[in-house]
Amino acid sequence: MNQQNRNWTTDPVLSVEHLTMRFGGLLAVDDLSFDVGRGDITALIGPNGAGKTTVFNCVTGFYKPTEGRIALRREGSVSDAALAELTRGGQQYRRADDGSVFLLERMADFKITEIAGVARTFQNIRLFGGMTALENLLVAQHNELMRASGYTIGGLLGLPGYRRAAEAAKEKAVEWLRRVDLLDRADDPAADLPYGAQRRLEIARALCTNPVLLCLDEPAAGLNPRESAELNTLLKYIRDEHGVSVLLIEHDMGVVMEISDHVIVLDYGKKISDGTASEVRNDAKVIAAYLGVDDEEVDEVERDLDVKTAHTPAPGGAL
Amino acid sequence: MANTTTSASADRPEGAERLSEDRREAMRGEPPFVEAPSEDTRLVRALKEAGVTAGLVAVLTLFFFLFRTDIAVGGLDLSLDPKSWIIAIAIAFAGRFLLTYFVFGGERPTVGGWKKVAAKTARWPIGKVIGVVLLLVALTLPFLLMTLLPSQDRYLLDLSILILTYVMLGWGLNIVVGLAGLLDLGYVAFYAVGAYSFALLATNFDLGFWICLPMAGLFAALWGVMLGFPVLRLRGDYLAIVTLAFGEIIRVVLLNWYDFTGGPNGILGIPKPTLFGLEFSRGEGSFSDFFGLEYSSIQRFVFLYYIILALALLTNFVTMRMRKLPVGRAWEALREDEIACRSLGINTVNVKLTAFATGAMFGGFAGSFFATRQGFISPESFTFIESAIILAIVVLGGLGSQLGVVIASVVMIGGIELLRNLTGLQAIFGAGFDPTQYRMLIFGLAMVLIMVWKPRGLVSTRTPSAIYKEKKTIGADLVAQGEGH
Repeated sequence: MNQQNRNWTTDPVLSVEHLTMRFGGLLAVDDLSFDVGRGDITALIGPNGAGKTTVFNCVTGFYKPTEGRIALRREGSVSDAALAELTRGGQQYRRADDGSVFLLERMADFKITEIAGVARTFQNIRLFGGMTALENLLVAQHNELMRASGYTIGGLLGLPGYRRAAEAAKEKAVEWLRRVDLLDRADDPAADLPYGAQRRLEIARALCTNPVLLCLDEPAAGLNPRESAELNTLLKYIRDEHGVSVLLIEHDMGVVMEISDHVIVLDYGKKISDGTASEVRNDAKVIAAYLGVDDEEVDEVERDLDVKTAHTPAPGGAL
Repeated sequence: MANTTTSASADRPEGAERLSEDRREAMRGEPPFVEAPSEDTRLVRALKEAGVTAGLVAVLTLFFFLFRTDIAVGGLDLSLDPKSWIIAIAIAFAGRFLLTYFVFGGERPTVGGWKKVAAKTARWPIGKVIGVVLLLVALTLPFLLMTLLPSQDRYLLDLSILILTYVMLGWGLNIVVGLAGLLDLGYVAFYAVGAYSFALLATNFDLGFWICLPMAGLFAALWGVMLGFPVLRLRGDYLAIVTLAFGEIIRVVLLNWYDFTGGPNGILGIPKPTLFGLEFSRGEGSFSDFFGLEYSSIQRFVFLYYIILALALLTNFVTMRMRKLPVGRAWEALREDEIACRSLGINTVNVKLTAFATGAMFGGFAGSFFATRQGFISPESFTFIESAIILAIVVLGGLGSQLGVVIASVVMIGGIELLRNLTGLQAIFGAGFDPTQYRMLIFGLAMVLIMVWKPRGLVSTRTPSAIYKEKKTIGADLVAQGEGH
């Protein structure tokens, strides 16, 4: 197969290697490895409880993985040897002219967003409900504005440098509001917006942090077909015009199949399929995981495909 | 469209149908659009309004101001006093003119004029008007009291100083509780740290108030950070309990560290503040001597009043400014959703610490002012009830609202003082009735009533810190309250 031409093997922005996450006796993610290509829209799919959100939480630092390495190549291509050296050296990241790489599993959650450039949204929307849409996007530019305000001192004194930065931040926020079609609701509190608009605002807020990788946890959940189509356009725009790589969890197969460059399928914390949308769609294991098959049929399929480890024991057994 | 509505409402009772028809009728025509009066008619109208008002005042005050009766030989003597009459008319004319021209926009205010104005102009929202009026009153209060109530001016000025101290403490705590949403039950600890820092520095090293004031603020901020560190991981009720314990620890240490703090005896002989080296006392080199005024003990009270007013206004100014800075926005974002904050690359540890430190610093300023005003401090002044009163002021005023804190301070501190004067109640309850004994009962009742009537405080709306086009206040039901509420 033409493995070499695939973006995620030649130029990965995120490499997850042997990721394992255990909650007590529950093995949520089991020795998972995958790559996310730079400038790709990558979908992480799987039945409920497959461990998708756990992977997200590990990538964005909200969980510390039990085992594994999560490397983010922010820019340039860092060789595997250099990465191995960094890992052994016990550092969190390396920033150099020929490429920066960040070991996310070692970094604090806010550092991952601040310096590595990973932004995320949440499955249950987490906006600052009592603040206006505009304010939400300004909060996202906190670190830039903090520096510009001289860590508050310059801002308190009203130095011109801060005023310029504040204006620029507002312009950027307005630009994103226009892009997600919320400009006329800029001064409304976020909690007052309709559900679809809240989803879009959360994406805009994540993008205001200038990420290289945007992680979206079920962005199309609860959207009507028209809103889903708009979301697709928005995600393509983000990828094409801003060069942001997108990693998304999604149950809406319409969205996944239409926009994804790369699809990874999880089941019981393991990867069962990995490839382009059309490859995954026709994968017998994926169909089995989603639609369910008789036990004999599973054995049959597994025998056919010569897989031994695709299926862990039932969740009850794992518990 | 009209047809479908009609058929849909065919089986409705007649009244409802009539109503909806009326509504449709109203929608069909042009919106009730009134052209804004042009500049020239606005001026003319305002002048006319002002003229009418001036005429009314002239008639009404004719007998009060113009004619004066004096006791003279053989009865009363009628004399004319046109000066005060004309001044009254001029004030009415000018006031009416300004109000009509600028606020009502040249329109004749009818019933509900203020509501219309509030809806129409974001320039002068009602809160701002009250704020400006309160500020003007606060700036001129000592002179108002001296001219209007000369018999009680000292007592009332002292009470105003006390109220302003609580306003300042409320504003300081508002940063922690109202903006950052971290429930702090031990705020009085910083007040104590500020007071003892000043007292110890002043008595041991012979330093003046103005040098010690910033140092006391810094010490309190340092203690704010020290409290902040252990409570960073705590949420909700646990946070409240630890801050409560912190407040008590400070008090108990002050009480028992006899060699350093003087224990229960407190610290005596704390110096009074000076105005550029001028003392407020009798004799050589004093304020009254320097300016060639006659010495009066009220001068020191006026000076203290302006110090605490300046400190309180500084607190307000800095807080309001910080709200519009990234750090202040991060405080509010922290109150709304801490996890979302972290997902945006905000170091929530730093955000919490700055909130604790800033709030504590203003508490420290207020503490050193308290020490210099009293001249004597002891741990008894820093009990839990003080924390509770300050917190009650913030909660009653409305979390995050600066104006609410002022109103709540005046009502609570002034109200408690008012109880002392309600000796008329003795006529009802008998001579043994002492109203001040019941102050905690009344205090509690007032709190319960306000919480039933306005559960989110007196001023519960939030003003956005950044505006794209239109300033809209945000209803209290949308604003999160943070941890431990």
